[in-house]
Amino acid sequence: MSKHRFAAAQRHRGEHIAEWTIRIVASTSILTIFLIFVFVFRETTTLFSPDAQNIPSSSATAEEILTPELYNADALTAEEAHELNIPEVYNPETGTLGEPEPIALGGPELPRSSTKQVAERSVWNRLTDAAWQPVSSDPKFGIMPLLVGTAKTTFLAILLGAPLGILAAMYSAFFAPARVRNVLKPTIELLAGFPSVVIGFFCLTIVATLMQDLLGTEARLNAIVGGIGLSITVIPIVFSIAEESLSAVPKSLREASLALGGTEWQTAYRVMLPAAAPGVFAAVLLGIGRAFGETMIAIMATGNAPMLTAGIADPVRTVAATIGAEMGEVVWGSDHYGVLFLLGTILFVVSFGLNAITELYVKQRLIRKFQGQ
Amino acid sequence: MAKEHPVKVRTSDFSVYYGQKQALFNIGIDIFDRKVTAFIGPSGCGKSTFLRSINRMNDLIDGTRCSGKLEVDGIDVYGKEVDVVTLRRSIGMVFQKSIPFPKSIYENITYGLTLTEKRSKDELDHIVETSLKRAALWEEVKDRLTHSAQGLSGGQQQRLCIARAVAVNPEILLMDEPCSALDPISTGKVEELITELKDTYTIVLVTHNMQQAARVSDYTGFFLMGKLIEFDRTRSIFTAPSKKETEDYITGRFG
Amino acid sequence: MKTLASTTTSKKRLLGFFAVLVTVVAVVAIIGLLISMFGTFVVQGSGQLSWTFLTEAPRNNNTEGGIFPAIFGTTILVLLMTLLGVPVGTATAIYLSEYARQSAAFARAVRFAVNTLAGVPSIVFGLFGVGFFIQFVGGGIDNVTAGAVFGKPALLWASATLAVLTLPVVIVSVEEALRAVPRELREASLALGATKWQTITKVVLPNSVSGILTGSILAVGRGAGEVAAILFVGVVYSLERLPSSVTDQFMHLGYHLYVLSTQSPDVEKTLPLQYATTLVLLGLTFVLNFSAIYVRSRLRRI
Repeated sequence: MSKHRFAAAQRHRGEHIAEWTIRIVASTSILTIFLIFVFVFRETTTLFSPDAQNIPSSSATAEEILTPELYNADALTAEEAHELNIPEVYNPETGTLGEPEPIALGGPELPRSSTKQVAERSVWNRLTDAAWQPVSSDPKFGIMPLLVGTAKTTFLAILLGAPLGILAAMYSAFFAPARVRNVLKPTIELLAGFPSVVIGFFCLTIVATLMQDLLGTEARLNAIVGGIGLSITVIPIVFSIAEESLSAVPKSLREASLALGGTEWQTAYRVMLPAAAPGVFAAVLLGIGRAFGETMIAIMATGNAPMLTAGIADPVRTVAATIGAEMGEVVWGSDHYGVLFLLGTILFVVSFGLNAITELYVKQRLIRKFQGQ
Repeated sequence: MAKEHPVKVRTSDFSVYYGQKQALFNIGIDIFDRKVTAFIGPSGCGKSTFLRSINRMNDLIDGTRCSGKLEVDGIDVYGKEVDVVTLRRSIGMVFQKSIPFPKSIYENITYGLTLTEKRSKDELDHIVETSLKRAALWEEVKDRLTHSAQGLSGGQQQRLCIARAVAVNPEILLMDEPCSALDPISTGKVEELITELKDTYTIVLVTHNMQQAARVSDYTGFFLMGKLIEFDRTRSIFTAPSKKETEDYITGRFG
Repeated sequence: MKTLASTTTSKKRLLGFFAVLVTVVAVVAIIGLLISMFGTFVVQGSGQLSWTFLTEAPRNNNTEGGIFPAIFGTTILVLLMTLLGVPVGTATAIYLSEYARQSAAFARAVRFAVNTLAGVPSIVFGLFGVGFFIQFVGGGIDNVTAGAVFGKPALLWASATLAVLTLPVVIVSVEEALRAVPRELREASLALGATKWQTITKVVLPNSVSGILTGSILAVGRGAGEVAAILFVGVVYSLERLPSSVTDQFMHLGYHLYVLSTQSPDVEKTLPLQYATTLVLLGLTFVLNFSAIYVRSRLRRI
């Protein structure tokens, strides 16, 4: 018997190739998260190229400015795109906007003062406007109305959806007989199978009419209708996750409480629900993330008016709906385009943050809790 | 201990750790070629861990480390140049829960054979037949080789697993409580099989059942809390144990 | 004393009754919502549904005729999406279930990324499709080949976007299936001298085929109804002819419904068409979802 009887055989070389292929493909998810951030954020860079001083005056030709309708935007580098924007922000006060005058751009003799003016009325200033009027001679990119609109619908959606989801989860986890539970759970989760465009359509046609008859609201489509629509997507998420964490509470806790003379419902509300609190909290957080970023329902049921008001019966426009409604018509590479991607970046960062909280904080707490620490 | 047989597996100062927890303490043992060696002891005593160290199945568990030496035919199993896959081909294993692959009986036997090289149909047929005969299963299944192995009874499944291990012609056969899930009749058949197979293979048997160790093994080792308390000829262990712990266990005072 | 005790218990009992009742009310409300949604679409939509509706192209600026191009576009879209997404998702699941040490930083990062991906709003995927697939990848190909074929919205980019969006769905269900394969089967294979990869391909994967199928079906169900993510990456409202290449644009059921119900000049007139379109879309997604549930329940029984 040779000493190398158990030595590595040649045939395992493929093994490493296979393992590394799997590992590399598995990193796709990480890479995608990274790419989403980079590429959504990258399209906002038109807003970041500092100011007009950077423009190489010689390259600004009339032809480039007048051919903005390019789908393959690789022709539009950030600088070129920026040049496209200049005319729009150039003379906001004069009111003689509309068609940009290529001449105004060119030449090294461009006065310093006007450059400053451009800087003053930069896109960044426009983001704090009180109104969202992106398509206008003096575009206003005020994101405040959109944020307020999003907050309203999200708040309403959670107000409606979270209690329903949690209570139903409690019924399923604590009170329902096993046979009922086995049917109930997949049935409620069917709700998650409805495409959001269908829920949006349902709100648009049925819920809107119903609510108007019921509440007598002025506008048929408004934050309430939108909130109801969004709550339909929130319910199955909150229900599933809450149910899962409520069922995961150790049986011993329940038995201990019952043995001390607690009734079933006291045990459910005072022992089991608090024990699963981090999981229920996570469920609500993910529900918020869903309502906040939902597009089609928001587009179809909220009335789509970017108004900065406090009333919940007013039509609103959400961040996600704005992207959905305007991205299709925007000139690729324009300021408007950049701002829409900025909105997308906001959505991404918030959803990332919500998920990070649930992953890193809530799960740790759950684990600690149930491991008796 | 008289050394009438060459040593097949030899360990010295061999310890295994699961993370922070030490599972085996400085095991030193000689397992002889073509003998049945049984390990007994209460559950959690480390006998299975030791068995799984021989073909490095413990590698599969995260955070497992070991120290000391474990040699098969003088080759350090945990040495750098050792290839686990090649090693495991020479060391067959039969598990506590007999689970045939959800394939046909025929495919179960040929699974190990076709991993490395293409073989002719005739050759495969021949090996299937001899392996099943060695496992005393041929007569029962020869007419339904293409049927799913999961249709066999528990005892038949376990013998199929033995046949499957024998088919690749290993040198050592590790058996981890092979009869714990079987009825007495099936157990008897498997025990009979073990006695027949020891002419060809070095068999290491972990068992919970002292009578079984006494019936089939030539040597017996007694494990307690990760330590090898005593190792000797089976007859000596059961008739005149030298350690008090062994005697307590064998006489049923604990465990 | 006695009366006091009995009033507390009866009060308690009443409270307990309401505590349970309120959960029942929640369940009834949700089920009611579910039924009213299904009911509305079945009642309103089934009248318009006909063989010609399913097989004909729209006429007269989408106010008459059928929705065949939208059904066709949706089908091709999700098929392409499955082709792109399921292999990646399966490989990731194999990594998580077979290779990853649960404590390893990379494995935790992958898990975190998968969960994050599941929570990213679908409209952001749409923007990603524009910024990455169309402009960067498509534009890049066009730059190299000096053409103008790939750097524009197309079926291919819409499928790729949806594949990324549904990746978590595939990963989660395939991993669940892989983990359901008994550890003993893997050990038996390894003990016979199989390598890890041989064990995966010969034992683990054949035992999780139904899981991979479940994952694919669920992903298709999710992808078929998704509109926000494809708004800017290739979907159109009307087409002269069916798409014949992956670089063509396409029609889509969900988008069709969206445009008919919100953007068309005469919404009232096309309402029956909208209901029928909804019913088709719902039918498609629920047939897919139910078959996934069926396949999965069979998987669990084995």
